[in-house]
Amino acid sequence: MLSLVKELALYMSARRKWWLAPVIGTLVLVGGLLTLAQGSALAPFIYTVF
Amino acid sequence: MRILGISAFYHDSAAALLVDGRPVAAAQEERFTRRKHDQRFPESAVRYCLAEGGVGLDDVDHVVFFEKPLLKFERLLETYLANAPRGFGQFKTAMPVWLKDKLFQKAAIAKALLPMSVSGDVERKLLFAEHHQSHAASAFFASPFEEAVVLTMDGVGEWATTSVAIGHGNTLETVREIRWPHSLGLLYSAFTYYTGFKVNSGEYKVMGLAPYGVPRFKDLILEKVVKLKPDGSFWLDQSYFDYTTGLTMTSRKFHDLFGGPPRDSTQPLGQREMDLAASVQAVTEEIVLRITRELARAYGIPNLCLSGGVALNCVANGKVLRDRAFERVWVQPAAGDAGGALGAAYAAHYLHLNRPRVVWNALDGMDGAYLGPAFAQSDIEDRLMRAGARFAVHGEIDTLERSVDALERGDAVGWFQGRMEFGPRALGARSILGDPRNPEMQKTLNLKIKYRESFRPFAPSVLAEHVADWFEIGEPSPYMLMVADLRPEHRRAMSETEEKLFGIEKLNVPRSSVPAITHVDYSARIQTVHKETNPRYHALIDAFRARTGCPMLVNTSFNVRGEPIVGTPEDAFRCFMGTEMETLVVGNCVLSKSEQNQAFAEDYKAKFELD
Repeated sequence: MLSLVKELALYMSARRKWWLAPVIGTLVLVGGLLTLAQGSALAPFIYTVF
Repeated sequence: MRILGISAFYHDSAAALLVDGRPVAAAQEERFTRRKHDQRFPESAVRYCLAEGGVGLDDVDHVVFFEKPLLKFERLLETYLANAPRGFGQFKTAMPVWLKDKLFQKAAIAKALLPMSVSGDVERKLLFAEHHQSHAASAFFASPFEEAVVLTMDGVGEWATTSVAIGHGNTLETVREIRWPHSLGLLYSAFTYYTGFKVNSGEYKVMGLAPYGVPRFKDLILEKVVKLKPDGSFWLDQSYFDYTTGLTMTSRKFHDLFGGPPRDSTQPLGQREMDLAASVQAVTEEIVLRITRELARAYGIPNLCLSGGVALNCVANGKVLRDRAFERVWVQPAAGDAGGALGAAYAAHYLHLNRPRVVWNALDGMDGAYLGPAFAQSDIEDRLMRAGARFAVHGEIDTLERSVDALERGDAVGWFQGRMEFGPRALGARSILGDPRNPEMQKTLNLKIKYRESFRPFAPSVLAEHVADWFEIGEPSPYMLMVADLRPEHRRAMSETEEKLFGIEKLNVPRSSVPAITHVDYSARIQTVHKETNPRYHALIDAFRARTGCPMLVNTSFNVRGEPIVGTPEDAFRCFMGTEMETLVVGNCVLSKSEQNQAFAEDYKAKFELD
């Protein structure tokens, strides 16, 4: 987990996208709650865009 | 320098091993696990590549993944942010997958590789290439060109959906890009979904269906859905699509525009689906031709390399070749994401490590795409014996003669020889073969062997030295990625009544002296067979030519619908026993269906989910 945080920091610095930090924080928080609330689901009718 | 390339976690995961700039092994995971489009970490493929190269993981200098997960995550977050609050449906599906797995891809790769390493030194070796950089590298560095324009088009990678790079020696510089959500691959996939086929596997069915239709929706697509510029750049009106925010490809507005909801896959195909297929194919060709003409004009380089999923559209490729904006066109045989494994390894070798460029032979650096596992004759005999097969072993020439006997009799012949192909096409190593002159062959192969839709045409494997006598193409097409027309002297003229037939009714009218490989528009998806890359297959077709005067065979992949192409002699035997194939030739072992123990016959097709 620590190495992922380090990588995210390196990535935001390289791409000059520090503004994404609060966005990532918020979305990860919401996403984290969703993860806890449900199992992973598959999207059956869509090209693998994510 | 040994470099291992890996593609995984989306679809068609694969591994490739590059030694001093030469691909020594490459394979898709699905061939080992028997799960079509397997997206899991390609452990079996990695183990195979290392074994084929005679090295352990500790002897490998770098392991390169074919895309950059964090950039993809960035694209997702920015898309959700731009569309919020719309898009919550996709967000709540995608986020758990990312937060549990996909954000940790680096750790997952290292963890999966660790058991293969004695030293435990894995993470330090990991590199990440960009998705379209991997595609471009797989096309340029495997091509026979010193200099080329490299065009990659697919669904989407990180941000790019179309990219243009200039390759020169050991460099490859991206000069133009079209970015998400504007994507030619996704436009094609949207119509694949709308016509009732499976996204990301049914696209080639749409391409096969197109010649039965009339492109009556082409103008509508270009007027409403796609804004196309003279230089080929395009913009998709997102109100017609659902893939950026939802869980389907097309929106209600799209359905209203084209007159109804998507076809249910259980419903029969009608003229409307054929016309839709013809229309999206025509739009795709228009876009690709505008792009290639503009690139030829702008850069003045005579060579073009193509890769990315859209480069598997061999009808469009054939048009690019005939358009002559570029003198030479080379398409990476593993143009889809599996080929990204090879491209990622190339990118590390040339772009990261700055090694001098090597072009390995006159045809290209892919060795005919025969980069997968092979089996020695003694091993084949052991394996077939254990599987319960009854077979006769012959000398090499005798094996060829008996195979030609079977083909002349009208048998469907399973042909399992040498190293397996890398890429989606069977090229005479894991193929089912037939006599193209036989008017029943297309129907027999589709309905009794492949268990698939009867409209789909078959491809000819033609001796390279005879291709120009039969087809309107002068160039090699070793990977079945170019479509060309049959020469007029081999066509059969249609009667007035036959001319009036519409759609699928056209299928039953023989159109040439080789009806099994002639599509309704007189086109064929050609594979030229070269003595240099596959001498045994070349010798077989030559023996067939010596007897019949016909220098080609029908070639279709050795599998049934929904099954990965067979990987081992046992897979081949099972498929042989589960279908109505009459003869199987594995190495120098010849098997006849009538001599087999019928207890091994099984309901084979039910084992695989339809694609």
